[in-house]
Amino acid sequence: MAEHETPVDPSDATNPGPANRGEDPVALLEFRGVNTHYGAVHILKDVDLAIYPGELVCLLGGNASGKSTTLKTLLGMVTPTTGDVVLDGEVVNDKSTSYRVERGVTMVPENRRLFKRLSVKENLELGAYLRNDKAGINEDLDRIYTMFPRVKERLSQKAGTLSGGEQQMVAMGRALMSRPRVLLMDEPSMGLAPALVQTNFELIQQIHSEGVAIFMVEQNANMALSIADRGWVLQTGKVVLDDTADALLANEQLRSAYLGH
Amino acid sequence: MIPTAAVEATSDSAPTGFAWRRDGLQWNSVEVEWRKVINWGGLCALGLVFIALSGMLVGLDGRPVLQRYFSLGYLAMVWLPLLLGQAVNNEVVREGIAGRPRGAGDLLAGATVGGLGGLGLGALILGIANFDLRDPLVNWSPQLLALLGFNQGNTFGFVVWILLGAALGMLGASLHLMGPDLRRLVGIVVGTVLFVAIFETIIVDLAKGFRLVFVTDFLYGLRGGLLAEGVVALAVVAGAAAVLGQGRIKEAKASLAALEGTERKWANAILLVVAAALLVIVPQFTGKITNELLANVGIFLLLALGLNIVVGLAGILDLGYVAFFAVGGYATAVLTSPRSNFLPAVCDTFLWFECEPASLPWALALVVVVIVAALTGLFIGAPVIRMRGDYLAIVTLGFGEIIRLLFLSDWLTGFFGGAQGVTNIPPADFGLFEVAGIDPRSVFYLVLFFCGVAIYISWRLERSRIGRAWMAIREDESVAEAMGINTVNMKLMAFVVGAILASFGGAIFAAKVGSIFPSSFLILVSIIILVVVIVGGIGNIPGVILGAVVLIGVLGGPKQPGLLQEFSQYKLLIYGALLIWMMLKRPEGLLPNARRTRELHQDEFLQDAWLKGEVDLDDDDPTGGRPAAEGTVPMETTPGDSASGEVAPA
Repeated sequence: MAEHETPVDPSDATNPGPANRGEDPVALLEFRGVNTHYGAVHILKDVDLAIYPGELVCLLGGNASGKSTTLKTLLGMVTPTTGDVVLDGEVVNDKSTSYRVERGVTMVPENRRLFKRLSVKENLELGAYLRNDKAGINEDLDRIYTMFPRVKERLSQKAGTLSGGEQQMVAMGRALMSRPRVLLMDEPSMGLAPALVQTNFELIQQIHSEGVAIFMVEQNANMALSIADRGWVLQTGKVVLDDTADALLANEQLRSAYLGH
Repeated sequence: MIPTAAVEATSDSAPTGFAWRRDGLQWNSVEVEWRKVINWGGLCALGLVFIALSGMLVGLDGRPVLQRYFSLGYLAMVWLPLLLGQAVNNEVVREGIAGRPRGAGDLLAGATVGGLGGLGLGALILGIANFDLRDPLVNWSPQLLALLGFNQGNTFGFVVWILLGAALGMLGASLHLMGPDLRRLVGIVVGTVLFVAIFETIIVDLAKGFRLVFVTDFLYGLRGGLLAEGVVALAVVAGAAAVLGQGRIKEAKASLAALEGTERKWANAILLVVAAALLVIVPQFTGKITNELLANVGIFLLLALGLNIVVGLAGILDLGYVAFFAVGGYATAVLTSPRSNFLPAVCDTFLWFECEPASLPWALALVVVVIVAALTGLFIGAPVIRMRGDYLAIVTLGFGEIIRLLFLSDWLTGFFGGAQGVTNIPPADFGLFEVAGIDPRSVFYLVLFFCGVAIYISWRLERSRIGRAWMAIREDESVAEAMGINTVNMKLMAFVVGAILASFGGAIFAAKVGSIFPSSFLILVSIIILVVVIVGGIGNIPGVILGAVVLIGVLGGPKQPGLLQEFSQYKLLIYGALLIWMMLKRPEGLLPNARRTRELHQDEFLQDAWLKGEVDLDDDDPTGGRPAAEGTVPMETTPGDSASGEVAPA
């Protein structure tokens, strides 16, 4: 907690930021001028986003700024009225959620939202719902057990009886079971005690270091920017800022609005 | 780490000998919570007056339980003060807090509760004698007054009810003063006598089949209630069995639970085979009444198993499940009955040629029925499953009625016969044997087969990938969708599987009753099937089986009599009371699914787990109270390392 390490070292090969993208910058997941409506209400307004392989990016914004809608649209639970959602260069506007999950887009929902009455093991297995390779699934289970030894101790316990921190681990593990290439994280610090938020962000970095791109939606701008490469700020459905994390941290406007100093 | 074995050994007082009396009786302690006791007394009075005015006392008086002395009508009354006298003294045992001393106080409380109940009936006697309220209360009658007065006059009745109520309440309370062994003995003896007295019809029927008529002749004489000597004999036999058999069942269970691995599997397989064999062999000996009852239980079990998939696994609250039962029944009827005008009407309306009424064999018709049911499931399911929760329940309720009204409508009379229904449905002919309504034994075997199929399907589905997807949808639909589960398809599938199981029930029902009418498929059927599932234990197959046996077998189905035929008039009243009691005391059902129990009693479970040191309740701060970081709690210690066996929290 004491050391405030530099968020991202661009030259670090395990953290391929935008600088390490190389010759062929094909975005993993992209918004091109996306507009969405709930009935007549205009939610997202001409939003452009791009998440590149192996990045850690964050989307900041206050309440009702359209953060959750962005996630739902990325995952296919909301269809854009105009504009395109692009996955690996392919327009996936009318593709189902399953289609996107199969291709490596996975969400860790806000407040963990485990299947409370199912066991921890069943929760993890449901993460791999779309996969059929038994050997690979077992391999990933082992990987998650080594990453979270506490989870392994509670496999047959009902997920709802776990403590908050353990639930977060299971939620992460469940998401990882689909072998994601990009993990969409909805408010990872929501509803957690400060000590756990720290642990949680360390977990996110650990997952990121294994090459998984992370798209994090957060209200806790300070914490998010301290580990992210880049970020966007969303305000009433519009992207108002789009910059590197360092630049955003230094941004006066953002400081006054979100960072509280 | 609490040495649980040691705790159990000490709490199990004196393993040798019979514990006749509860330890710690204090006759001088007369602590009574008067406020609570008076409340319960009021409850007792209200309950007794309600039972009397519901007509049970008069209606069931003609059915003796104990010949010449005691009728079912009185039995329907006296249990209440007994039970409440016992219940008023129930106390939650709190760990670490000494319980109230037992003694005269309990008896006093019980007697007061029962006496107040009796006073309520006394007031009813005065009321009936002096006012005429027959207009709103149909059972406010002179017969009731006469029975309340034991045919000895009003004053006699008034006094006797108060004394009787107090005595019964005291008797109930005295259960608290007995040792566990004596209480068990009393319970078994009284339970046996009541069981044999109430279920006279079925016991006589069974005795006939097993050629044991001399036993029932001894117990019941010329029928109509137990004889006094029968009661004595029963009590002696039951008491002897209770004393001799004490602990045997527990031991057997424990030794079964102790088995592991393949041995356990074998034991389970043997038990399953024995149960199956009993189910096949026993109906050979039982009479018509028993087999009819078994067949009814089976049909409703089939429906309940189907609904259990829809409600229990996929979490879709379907209140119109009867629709699929109706579709199965009608489809079978129109395809097999030679009197049905369905085929000519179809040809006439949709095709260019004419055709004659035809009669398909039942097995062939069943194939078509399954397809029709699956299509109906898709057709109803498609609009319904887009809704959630309450809305979905209301819409299914609507569809359940729509299907029935379609069969009833004038518009489709040409096809389905309208209110006249479809008659002359032939028995299901399988070449070697025939399943007809006049032979309930054959119906039972057919039902048994389909129940076996349904249980196997449910069991397999529950453990499959599909089952897991259903459970995920039930838990949290949005997250399930985010996991890549196609929630629409999965929910439709649950609907269709449920529809197919219900159509089996409908097909058997049609062949059994021989003629079906729209009035066989009232909304009440849906409700009763749902109650079977809930009372048994949602999502648990043995629970659903038990629910069907208890509700349909004992109380009876919507139109089918159960074991307690006498109570059929009050069936819905009892259903309702049972359901309320369940929701208050045992929301997880009679035989609960472990998963549901956990959810509904989560607080208690967490407490227990916390006491045993399995869970941290202070989930917010894993590093706070402890010097070491999380994950380093010493769960296991190395053999040589004795010092670090227990680490006290700093």
